[in-house]
Amino acid sequence: MAEYLDQLEHRADDHTSAGDVEIQNYTINFGPQHPAAHGVLRLVMELDGEIVERVDPHVGLLHRGTEKFIEYKTYLQSIPYFDRLDYCSPMCMEHSYVLAIEKLLDLEVPLRAQYLRVFFAELTRIKNHMLNLGSHIMDVGAMTPNLWLFELREDCMNFYERASGARMHANYFRPGGVRQDVPLKLLTDIAEWLDTRLPRLFEDAISLVAENRIFKQRNVDIAIVSREDALKWGFSGPMIRAAGLPWDLRKSQPYDVYARMNFDVPVGTRGDCYDRFMVRVEEVRQSARIMKQCLAEMPEGPTLSLDRKVAPPKRGEMKRSMEALIHHFKYFTEGFHVPAGEVYVATESPKGEFGVYLVSDGTNKPYRCKIRPTAFSHLQAMDFMSKGHMLADTTAILGAMDIVFGECDR
Amino acid sequence: MRAPAPAYAANDGVIETATAALGAALLEAQDLVGEVTLLVERDQLVPAMIALRDTPGLEYQQLMEIAGVDYPSRVERFDVCYHLLSVTRNHRIRVRVRTDEVQPVPSVTGIWPVAGWLERETFDMYGVIFEGNLDLRRILTDYGFRGHPQRKDFPLSGFAEVRYSEEAKRVVYEPVKLAQDFRSFDFMSPWEGAEYVLPGDEKATPSGEHKAALPQAKGAPSPVTAEQVRRADDDKKDSPPNAPETKVTESPAQTGAGKSDPGNKPEEKPKDPDVIPSKGEGQNQ
Repeated sequence: MAEYLDQLEHRADDHTSAGDVEIQNYTINFGPQHPAAHGVLRLVMELDGEIVERVDPHVGLLHRGTEKFIEYKTYLQSIPYFDRLDYCSPMCMEHSYVLAIEKLLDLEVPLRAQYLRVFFAELTRIKNHMLNLGSHIMDVGAMTPNLWLFELREDCMNFYERASGARMHANYFRPGGVRQDVPLKLLTDIAEWLDTRLPRLFEDAISLVAENRIFKQRNVDIAIVSREDALKWGFSGPMIRAAGLPWDLRKSQPYDVYARMNFDVPVGTRGDCYDRFMVRVEEVRQSARIMKQCLAEMPEGPTLSLDRKVAPPKRGEMKRSMEALIHHFKYFTEGFHVPAGEVYVATESPKGEFGVYLVSDGTNKPYRCKIRPTAFSHLQAMDFMSKGHMLADTTAILGAMDIVFGECDR
Repeated sequence: MRAPAPAYAANDGVIETATAALGAALLEAQDLVGEVTLLVERDQLVPAMIALRDTPGLEYQQLMEIAGVDYPSRVERFDVCYHLLSVTRNHRIRVRVRTDEVQPVPSVTGIWPVAGWLERETFDMYGVIFEGNLDLRRILTDYGFRGHPQRKDFPLSGFAEVRYSEEAKRVVYEPVKLAQDFRSFDFMSPWEGAEYVLPGDEKATPSGEHKAALPQAKGAPSPVTAEQVRRADDDKKDSPPNAPETKVTESPAQTGAGKSDPGNKPEEKPKDPDVIPSKGEGQNQ
């Protein structure tokens, strides 16, 4: 017997015990065509069994050279390019750009236009979060909330259409204000929507998952990010707030009329995927609150600067005034000259800090326009965030990051 | 400031504190359009950044962006602009270093790991080399791309274009062939900074001597002088018409209908060094 045991032990020293298989790390491609990759993302993943060892995101598959294009267009012609960056929150992209131009021009913006911009920026935030929350829920396995939230997103797109004429690529903000005033009926319809349809559908959808056991199992304690890491990795927006830093550019560096708005900044406590999700959920409620306040306070008045060098005259004016006709012609051919200088203007887009670094050489075209995408720093953190988690968790991590490749790849 | 741009803490005293903290590393400090810019000695970048992060009264904890700018006329043609943010002081600052195609910029990945991708992007777009970045690969452009597209001397249309080839059953790379010349119109008025001379104005220089008219931007219809128009007419009078025969499509044979291929087979394409031949096992390897 003892001999037999010795023999067994000796064997165990030599080889792994019977039934064990030696596992090597292996590398798989996640994407570029994967429904949970939220676009064209290729993740080269090194796996140890089902545990993620290393992630190397390959981005740039949607690179369209937007920054190069902008150098060849007048300031006005570049606005539509911004819609196509983060196509889930188009107006927030325009917001940074027009604010940068206005800062270089030192241009005053009428109060009603500032209210309208804040109003539509918050509508855009709701629209963006509807897509992100819904797809995040679907990534971790639930179907119904996504369908309900898409209903709301569809409503937002209809409001977009009634304000700007386009459902997605609005091209609505202008240096000096907004393209045109909105009809009163649209404002009353949105007010009604904010009071009835949005809370009902949204709270219903969230109530299905917020306390759901499976949803929590998939998200709580997944990819915890500490405050130090969030600062070092350049996080912003819901990602930094979920890590516990109450940092919101709308509060700390207010632009347009955000300084007058009353809203709360939700902050996470653990810095995991569930916190990121719940921060966005609360942001939707706060956005609705800001929109209601805008509706209550919005004054009458012009919606575009009256400086005829940077804003076109009214159509009716052009029929009677030669001066107006000349201004119209010059505005749409040559554009306007922006004084030489450089600014970096960052706004709180739904995904985080969206910045525009604009260098002007005094002509009618930007000398350089560098776009600071939110996704770049967040996606870069994918490696340390998913290390040690299961392969299936990467979709939850990715979903809670809220990444859109139009913006990431530019 | 009248514009409704993001309002952060005032710039008062930032330049003084930075001058004291950075010492000789700081070459120049500006406060323009409400934004502070520090020009820093390239070799001293890393200690300067650590000082900006750790000095009380500066405390720039976050690196938000690295942007390259190209000024081809300068000796050190590239600016690399670091945008820092202080969440405790609620302030932004821009740190700038200058470099050219060969002089490396010290990497700040040791201070902020987020710099990794941002430096990769600047390298990809401008060819600025970052010393100490362990992963300096291209990031936004295609696998195997050549050139640095954000440089001012890189054409907007690029050099290579891709299409799916039905014959080769894969995506092929070809030299860019524009159906129409690239046109960049310069709508600037001559009295507001445009540099070309209008027809008829050649003799209107203040000194009275004839100055050669500068052409407009490349590809744009240049304003021709009366002399050139007359000469162009003279040339045309003598030469026969350009087209050997009038191009008509009176019969189906002349339209090319029914031909097996439209005349753009791969072997008829010009060989170009910029086109990367595929190894035959897919594009992404």
